[in-house]
Amino acid sequence: MLCLLLILGIGVMETSAEEFLVQSMQTSQQDEFVPIDELETEDQLPAAPLLIAAYGFAWIAMFVYLWSIWRRLARVERELASLASRTTER
Amino acid sequence: MMQRMFPPLIVLAMIFFVCAPVFIAWAPYESTMGLVQKIFYFHLPSWAAMFVAAIVCGIASVVFLFKGRVIADRIAVASAELAVVFGLIGLVSGPLWARKAWGVWWQWDARLTMALVLWMIFVAYLLLREYGGPGSEKLAAGVALFGMANVPFVYWSVNVWRTVHPTTNVVPTLVPGMRGALWWSLIGFLLLYALAMMARVRLEEQRATLERVYRELDD
Repeated sequence: MLCLLLILGIGVMETSAEEFLVQSMQTSQQDEFVPIDELETEDQLPAAPLLIAAYGFAWIAMFVYLWSIWRRLARVERELASLASRTTER
Repeated sequence: MMQRMFPPLIVLAMIFFVCAPVFIAWAPYESTMGLVQKIFYFHLPSWAAMFVAAIVCGIASVVFLFKGRVIADRIAVASAELAVVFGLIGLVSGPLWARKAWGVWWQWDARLTMALVLWMIFVAYLLLREYGGPGSEKLAAGVALFGMANVPFVYWSVNVWRTVHPTTNVVPTLVPGMRGALWWSLIGFLLLYALAMMARVRLEEQRATLERVYRELDD
């Protein structure tokens, strides 16, 4: 009988503790409306400009590099063609 | 054969790069970093391509040093240039992500520092090739070997040392939505590497032809 009462008592205590925890979390969540200018600096930073800058740089870097290859290749092939025409004229 | 493969590879690469933003936009947001985490889908593939370029440069340099094959030297130069380009993309995209995620542009931790040093090794390779004069090809090949040897250290640094950079465990544990977008971008970057390599090796071959023609004309 005593054991049964003890088990029941522990069960009630656990349930109350759980309810208290849930309530306190809800309470703390409800208290957490923080204006953006009171956050840490990195949390205030907008992400979109950084994302656009990263992707933009990747695209531009690859485009510039591929364009530079194309330009150098065109110059060398032009020179080869001019040499070939000079040797055939001879 | 390489020239025949060029047009279909360009089409394939274009498909990958046009569709990549769609898959990246569809990928779920990361819970703590939100939108800025999507830099990941270009940041990781650019470093993966850089590592591939560094390894190809190193292997080609070994073949050039020990077998004397000229085509290996051309592949090494082309790959070194691409290692610098892809490394630069990684070095710029990383800090842009870090500024929001970590609150700083840069940290002198193991991963970031070793990645920067790896990139600088291949910049040194290119400077040596450009300004080193006759015989610098073999010296540069030695530098490329050193660079290639650094790649596994850079990769494993996040697992061995305590760094601010995420560990290699992140990729295998990605959710399917993120995994698909990552693999799509990765294949796109590797295709881009293959295409740029073909074009750059052709440039080296044409330069060599031009030099040979000038020498024949002088004779």
